[in-house]
Amino acid sequence: MSMIFEVNRRGFMSTAGALALSSAAAYAFAKPKPRVIKVVAKKFEFVPGEIHVKQGESITLQFTAPEVPMGFNLDDFKLRADIVPGKVTTLQLTPDKSGSFTFLCDVFCGTGHEEMSGTLIVS
Amino acid sequence: MSEFDRRQFLQLAGVGGVVFVSGIAGAVRAADPMSPAGYDDFFFVQLSDSHWGFEGAPNPDAKGTLPKAVAAVNALAQAPDFVIFTGDLTHTTDDPKERRKRMAEFRDVVAELKTKTVRFIPGEHDASLDNGKAFKEFFGATNYTFEHKGVHFIVLDNVSDPGAQLGDAQLAWLADDLKKQAKDARIVVFAHRPLFDLYPQWDWATRDGAKAVDLLMPYANVTVFYGHIHQEHHHMTGHIAHHSAKSLIFPLPVAGSQPKRTPLPWDPAQPYRGLGFREVEAELKQAEYVITELPVQQA
Repeated sequence: MSMIFEVNRRGFMSTAGALALSSAAAYAFAKPKPRVIKVVAKKFEFVPGEIHVKQGESITLQFTAPEVPMGFNLDDFKLRADIVPGKVTTLQLTPDKSGSFTFLCDVFCGTGHEEMSGTLIVS
Repeated sequence: MSEFDRRQFLQLAGVGGVVFVSGIAGAVRAADPMSPAGYDDFFFVQLSDSHWGFEGAPNPDAKGTLPKAVAAVNALAQAPDFVIFTGDLTHTTDDPKERRKRMAEFRDVVAELKTKTVRFIPGEHDASLDNGKAFKEFFGATNYTFEHKGVHFIVLDNVSDPGAQLGDAQLAWLADDLKKQAKDARIVVFAHRPLFDLYPQWDWATRDGAKAVDLLMPYANVTVFYGHIHQEHHHMTGHIAHHSAKSLIFPLPVAGSQPKRTPLPWDPAQPYRGLGFREVEAELKQAEYVITELPVQQA
């Protein structure tokens, strides 16, 4: 009796696993890919300086720095990265709150460093 | 000169609108002649953020403010035991030659200080573009310790790394130094940037500053003095007090009070408003009386 039960349970579990896998696959197909936003960190500004995104929307920030090492720091979302010339640096973000949030370069990069900031606007 | 007299003097000795701040036992507060009188074991003067080489509307007397502060320190009725500049001695420049020129000029201006011992630490404007190379040529090491009348002073460098980090090597050096101190040792830390997250959105932080605070936490008597934010600010991390100093070039707004971290405008009606330096008085101990009972006649 117990053996039968075991077999039945295995059968149930394998069926449930298959269902879970297929629904995960379906979800992967259904879920939109994160929107890619390219950001150039140059002396002494981020281009674009304003990034617009919807609350709950997933984005991929793709950074390049054509001149010198830069930093990106979005403290309100505890997100930061070093941006090194010759490399593409990516960060993922799905903002869970709306508002305007300042990001800045946090690697001292030259005379205009202190003016190098931008705004993430989450609507 | 009594405490009351000296405070009164300080109020009268303002250069332009320079504001003097006085501190007792590590707790910094505005000069107040009504404060209860203490006594001085010693005091030192902290100057910060002179940004020599800056030119712009936020300070039309950029070349005159530092010399005025030097003259004001020289005019103190009692000379401080030492003077310390907590960084951003010079305004940044991408040109290494110009950087050295500014440092040489700054050194010449502060050479007029009558105080024998003058110490320096770098700010990011001095050191972040060349990892402190030029600063070291002119002013020596960027992190060090010294002793003075029973106080252990620790100077930290959180600017030579352009990413605003102390770094593992310096943290290990700090840990090693602290191991030699008693848990109740009187410790004063100088740094340029705040060691805590004051407002990272404006880069008012040290990326690994919390690690330094953690190392300092077991010590009962620790006070931190720093610059960088161009205004007075007082904050506690546990029992550790952190006091930022005003600048000698232009004031910055209160954290988050405006969209951008732009200097507050110069007010011709109140020149030098928001600028100044501070003196810090260290009261080490209350008077102690050693009592020995003696008989009328020795046995």
